[in-house]
Amino acid sequence: MATADTSTFRGRLDDFGVTVSEGPPAACASLIDDAAGDPAVGVPLGESGPDALEGSAASLPERVATDPTTADLRAAHTGVTAASLGIASYGSVAVEADARGTEPVSLFVDRHVVVLREADLVPDVPDAFAWLGPRARDESTDVVFATGPSATADMGGLVHGAHGPKEVHVVLLRDGDGDSDAPGPADGDGDAPGSTDGTGVDG
Amino acid sequence: MSSDADAAGDAAAGPNRETKAERIRELLATEGDAVAENTRGFNAGRYESTGRLDDYEALKERAREIKEDAIERLPDLIDEVRETVEANGGTVYLADDAADANRYIREVAAEREAGRAIKSKSMTSEEIEVNAALEGDGVEVVETDLGEWVLQLADEEPSHIVAPAIHKSREGISELFAERFDLDDPPETAEALTMFARERLGDLIEDADLGMTGANFIAADSGTMLLVTSEGNARKTVTATDTHVAVAGVEKLVPTVEEFAPFVELIGRSGTGQDVTSYISTLTPPVASPVPDFEADDEPLADGSGDDREFHLVLIDNGRLAMRDDETLKETLYCIRCSACSNACGNFQSVGGHAFGGETYSGGIATGWEAGIEGLDTAAEFNDLCTGCSRCVPACPVGIDIPWINTAVRDRINRGEADPSQLDWAFEELVPDEEPGGLDLSTRLVGNYATLAEWGHRTAPVANRLANFGPARALAERVVGIDSRRELPEFARVSLVEWFDDRGGSAVDPDEADREAVVYPDTATNYVDVDRGKATVRALEALGVHVRVPDLPGSGRPPLSQGMVATAESAAEDVYAGLAPHLDAGRDVVVIEPSDLATFRREYERFLPADSHERLADASYDAMEYVFGLLEAGGDPAALRAPAEGTGPVASGARLAYHPHCQARTVEVGEYATATFERLGYDVRVSDTECCGMAGSFGYKSDYYELSMDVGEPLREQFGDTERTVVAPGTSCTEQLDALLESTPMHPIEVIAPRE
Ligand code: SF4
Repeated sequence: MATADTSTFRGRLDDFGVTVSEGPPAACASLIDDAAGDPAVGVPLGESGPDALEGSAASLPERVATDPTTADLRAAHTGVTAASLGIASYGSVAVEADARGTEPVSLFVDRHVVVLREADLVPDVPDAFAWLGPRARDESTDVVFATGPSATADMGGLVHGAHGPKEVHVVLLRDGDGDSDAPGPADGDGDAPGSTDGTGVDG
Repeated sequence: MSSDADAAGDAAAGPNRETKAERIRELLATEGDAVAENTRGFNAGRYESTGRLDDYEALKERAREIKEDAIERLPDLIDEVRETVEANGGTVYLADDAADANRYIREVAAEREAGRAIKSKSMTSEEIEVNAALEGDGVEVVETDLGEWVLQLADEEPSHIVAPAIHKSREGISELFAERFDLDDPPETAEALTMFARERLGDLIEDADLGMTGANFIAADSGTMLLVTSEGNARKTVTATDTHVAVAGVEKLVPTVEEFAPFVELIGRSGTGQDVTSYISTLTPPVASPVPDFEADDEPLADGSGDDREFHLVLIDNGRLAMRDDETLKETLYCIRCSACSNACGNFQSVGGHAFGGETYSGGIATGWEAGIEGLDTAAEFNDLCTGCSRCVPACPVGIDIPWINTAVRDRINRGEADPSQLDWAFEELVPDEEPGGLDLSTRLVGNYATLAEWGHRTAPVANRLANFGPARALAERVVGIDSRRELPEFARVSLVEWFDDRGGSAVDPDEADREAVVYPDTATNYVDVDRGKATVRALEALGVHVRVPDLPGSGRPPLSQGMVATAESAAEDVYAGLAPHLDAGRDVVVIEPSDLATFRREYERFLPADSHERLADASYDAMEYVFGLLEAGGDPAALRAPAEGTGPVASGARLAYHPHCQARTVEVGEYATATFERLGYDVRVSDTECCGMAGSFGYKSDYYELSMDVGEPLREQFGDTERTVVAPGTSCTEQLDALLESTPMHPIEVIAPRE
């Protein structure tokens, strides 16, 4: 994926207060380990994300419980899943509501750590819906495009963590080049963008 | 509350007007501040967020096209979505009306033995009042959107279609929690209040049986529904329950998933000024997620329970298919309920949806929704609050002409409620309109302002004295509802047309002229503010234009503002007939009053044949736009008045405070005055208030005097202490600024025109 998209994506994540760390697939487990709180539950990356993550070097650290019970989920601080797609221009990640529980694991927790392959970044919204269209029609795929943490302004000021996660961290996996720089967190602590409101728009 | 229509000319006027005025006064005092702060914030956010898009206009056009196409093909899309949803394992129910929808939803709840339903925010579910229907069967209903939950606890109605509890302050919510939950030490900060709600609602969500959502869009090709949210409650509502009922108006259908894209980019930016909201759920239900079992919680989460989910899509007609066949109301169905039209609206910013709204919907577009769903009576209760300022038009992501819907519905209200016995025959001469007899006097009086003004000018000394004479004002207030706190316009004894004839026509010989132009003698300029007309003539002549000021009829803007469409239409025909020979001769038309220019460009499209409209719209210019064009074409700026060196009305020098007219901004001519001023060396500060609040005749009406002054408040804040010379092209803005700032503004052309 073009470097321009990656830097746009990172810039947008920063706008939304989402932290990012980056590295090769082999560094994935340690990047997650750095980002996840305790206790942590998760869905194996190949099962919550694109097939390409299956059998790749990217994995979850041992301490992430991958077949959690509902009680584990309720007790968890962090949920770790993969994302199928990222939208560079908005800093959004596509989380699938699949049978493995990617949706509850990313939702009923305080922190969502989401793993995205740089190769799965698309430039803009139309690209994302061109990707979704056939999947929705042929496979009835359910996807949530998540941008930043859960937010509300209904209580007289912008607050993160209304119902969903209060914090989001993205682990961005670079293509193949396993030998380059050591992984390191690149923190973003930007303010929420635009308006102070976090209210949903609904019809 | 009924409309004004039954309030004319009899004793019933008193109490009825009182009630409306009192209600508005009360809302201004109790909810006005919170609503104003939030909506103005959203509105400013919209400008910023849409400003970051490279292709904003193209996206809006695309969104409009998709909606037009979808509504055109609606019956087919309904059939298609039934097939796709059923193929996915869900069911589709097309409900004729609210009762039908509720009956179906109650059956689903009974079949699933639901004890508690949780809901994410949905205006459509408010429309059908499904909560009451379920509660009647003993099903507990919990709103999970924090704003909706607050309203549910407070037993109040939403005041805004997107941010329903916008009228509640943080302190108010804290008190509410203290009272409802018996708290000695209630949470107070936004953070603490949110966490309190998150916990309470989290428990309620765990034990829920049925999840209800709305849908912002539904793709017929796959049965995929799109939900725009930020809190995550819609995600939890769907995930935590095994039965999902989605309630959506039929107009939410679009043909394909790919066509979601422009709406995703536009909806949050247009509404609350967010580039995108936290969650865009695109679900093709029943969803695949396992249903967490919070009771037997030591079982694995991923237990295959996703296979047992049920999904019901309840599509609501409730008048929509009839709206589709109604040329005026049809456009309402393109509405994506983003709330931009509410946030951009001066009146809405001041009072919110509790005054400016009907049974369910609020803001300018509510007139279309309520007229189509509930009926004219409901629309009539608040439809007056759309003043036609048109600031919502460029804000609407699907390009709906919201003021037109209000005008056309007002016309129906006028006709529907007309009582022929009501008209006083003696009044007939002053109101030579095309409207049914019996129409409310105040409406007709304003609607026939052109005739009234001409009469006032003919009898100027008497009319002026009479107009501001105490008993006459009291009568005017009681009978026609003109507020006695307003100054009435003073009619000129010599009209602009007469002055121009008397001086012997144009001072520039047509043979030596670079261009020829007709200065349109609008009603206000011709009979009241003749000076700005004279200034226009001087400015144009200074730039070498041969000017004519023929006697022409009024544009029809005043009757339009009163919903008197037939009268406005005949005015359009008369104006065009009067101007056609000039257009044939290649003359430009220069318009001093911005609302008249806007009428030529926007509304005349509906009244004139397409070619005629285009011809007139192309040939007519705002006075400052015209001057700007002349300068661009090589006109000599030295012929105009540069910042004064200590003399004349601009004695304070080069500094101006400029309030562009609302409608001028909508037709994008507001900036020419700024550009021209700057070119001539003035220092200009431009107001960022959408509308001054006077909005033609609106602020003159007793019911709305306080509201009108409140809408103008930001202008007072911005310009109140300024040393600058205040400039405004709109006649009614001038009256309003005079009242707000206690100094009479000038028309921009009066600033730059050479002295007599
Ligand atoms: S009419 Fe237009 S601006 Fe108003 S809510 Fe509907 S889509 Fe938004």
